[in-house]
Amino acid sequence: MSLTHYLVLAGVLFVISIAGIFINRRNILILLMSIELMLLAVNINFIAFSSFLHDIGGQVFVFFILTVAAAEAAIGLAILVVIFRQRQSLEVDNLNELKG
Amino acid sequence: MFEFIFSPHGYQIILFYVYAAILIAAALAVVTMRNSIYSALFLILAFFSAAALWMLLEAEFLALTLVLVYVGAVMVLFLFVIMMLDIKVKAKSGMSNYTKMGLFIALLMALEMIMLLGKKLTSVIPQGEIIKHAEGHSNVKEVASSLYTQYVLPFELASIILLVALVTAILLTLRSRNDYKRVDPESQVHVKATDNRMKIVKMKAQKGNDIGGES
Repeated sequence: MSLTHYLVLAGVLFVISIAGIFINRRNILILLMSIELMLLAVNINFIAFSSFLHDIGGQVFVFFILTVAAAEAAIGLAILVVIFRQRQSLEVDNLNELKG
Repeated sequence: MFEFIFSPHGYQIILFYVYAAILIAAALAVVTMRNSIYSALFLILAFFSAAALWMLLEAEFLALTLVLVYVGAVMVLFLFVIMMLDIKVKAKSGMSNYTKMGLFIALLMALEMIMLLGKKLTSVIPQGEIIKHAEGHSNVKEVASSLYTQYVLPFELASIILLVALVTAILLTLRSRNDYKRVDPESQVHVKATDNRMKIVKMKAQKGNDIGGES
């Protein structure tokens, strides 16, 4: 398996999760899951480059990305619980208070 | 044919394609499922397949970390939140304008990446197979020796990020109740001796058995 195989796989995964963010109008939870998928695609790239170039720095960086992603998931879910308490729904279309 | 499948090289190629196909299918299921519990379960499958691919890339420590941290902790948190909240699934209202624009942008991004990988980067990125490490090589040892020497300061910063996330998650979801009694430490600290907190009452001492009650 060459490096290009892994890069194409990560690219496809990233594009699927980008499309998931736009397609999804029902649920903020699935937005959070799409973000996790994007981070996974980026991590696959990092690890593929790290092992094909024999540079361990890429794997250390993936370790830090995992840390930050776990923190992000925890805070995101806490915000989601607060939103649900206020509105009794998680619809993306309802979150238009800022009129952005 | 059979020699190809059962040779170590051919078997690895088959493993890559199987895991990659499962990963892509699981990712598609995550973004298209209507029930968010199914989405979370397919996300677990995607993480697991990605961990298997990382094993093929000889990143054993991170593959196991992905299974432990993501499948074991983060996805359990997701499932916990999904099942705790009473989410009503509404009927789908067709493709909105956002959907069409989103698919268009995603296709454009895929095209850009394919152009970049197919044309520009073929001379830069390494071609050919992965060069295997010798037998007895420890990925964990390699990651640790880099993490605790060169990257020791970012490692400490990561712990601070986790602490901030912990405090923030608790603070955001904390609901203060006003139906229970508690001591206010601030007012306790600000009490002075001149505040007349104790009152001395003078009264006559009672004598005899006329207190009543028992007989």
